[in-house]
Amino acid sequence: MDRDEILGKALGPGAPELTCEQCFEELDRYVELKLAGAAADERVPGMRAHLGGCPACAEDFNSLWDLVTREGD
Amino acid sequence: MATALMTAPTEISWVDRLRAEGPDGQAAVADLHALLLKAARFEVGRRAAELSHVRGGDEEDLAQQAADDALIAVLGKLDQFRGESRFTTWAYKFALLEAAVKVRRRAWQGREVPLEDEAWRALSDAGASAGRPAEDAELFAALREEVERLGPRQRQVLIAVALNGVPIDVLAERLGSTRGALYKSLHDARRKLREALAERGFRIETGGEEE
Repeated sequence: MDRDEILGKALGPGAPELTCEQCFEELDRYVELKLAGAAADERVPGMRAHLGGCPACAEDFNSLWDLVTREGD
Repeated sequence: MATALMTAPTEISWVDRLRAEGPDGQAAVADLHALLLKAARFEVGRRAAELSHVRGGDEEDLAQQAADDALIAVLGKLDQFRGESRFTTWAYKFALLEAAVKVRRRAWQGREVPLEDEAWRALSDAGASAGRPAEDAELFAALREEVERLGPRQRQVLIAVALNGVPIDVLAERLGSTRGALYKSLHDARRKLREALAERGFRIETGGEEE
């Protein structure tokens, strides 16, 4: 790991963020807002910071995004 | 733009069909299980490399278990579906979560959680990187000191999850806790570290969300 990666992992996003439970609750809406080209980060505040700080939730987001976008192809 | 976000007739019909009595309801549950199994296979498939060292090649079993557990979760939370996304997107997330957690736990079965030494080595290496200003060495030395001042649970979670890359679901299982509870410990630990480093005069920017 390089300097910035370690600092990022140790100190996190440093911004207000959702909890893991709130993230899961909003995940499908957030993905579809992004798919629709809507202002997902404004409509679901704290989601982007949480995905930056929680590797497991970030993987959940990536999986749902990939599955839904693959179906849309 | 709002089309995908409104409750379309097909979304209503999913919920209505699942609530139906008799053969119609049973058919809807079977359709839902097939949908969840597709998502679970997708997740297990993309994570197959994590299981390469595991004997048995039981990816299909994991996908089936994930779909079964997701089915129970979805049916139990049907009243919470607000129609703010397509029903399928809402349902998929349960199957993806179940599959991801099962794969992570299977991949770490029998593996030791890395020791603190490995995290300290990473911090020392980062602080001693060639060409880095002396301030970096001071920063990482201070970071290590502040990590050592954390309470035992916060230090354990920070080192395992953030520095040693242990999946939070794996650590949660071993500690008899939950992802949410451990992430709160991690979040609180990070906040303390930021505050402590700021008090010591270090300015840290790690690309957080702009407000």
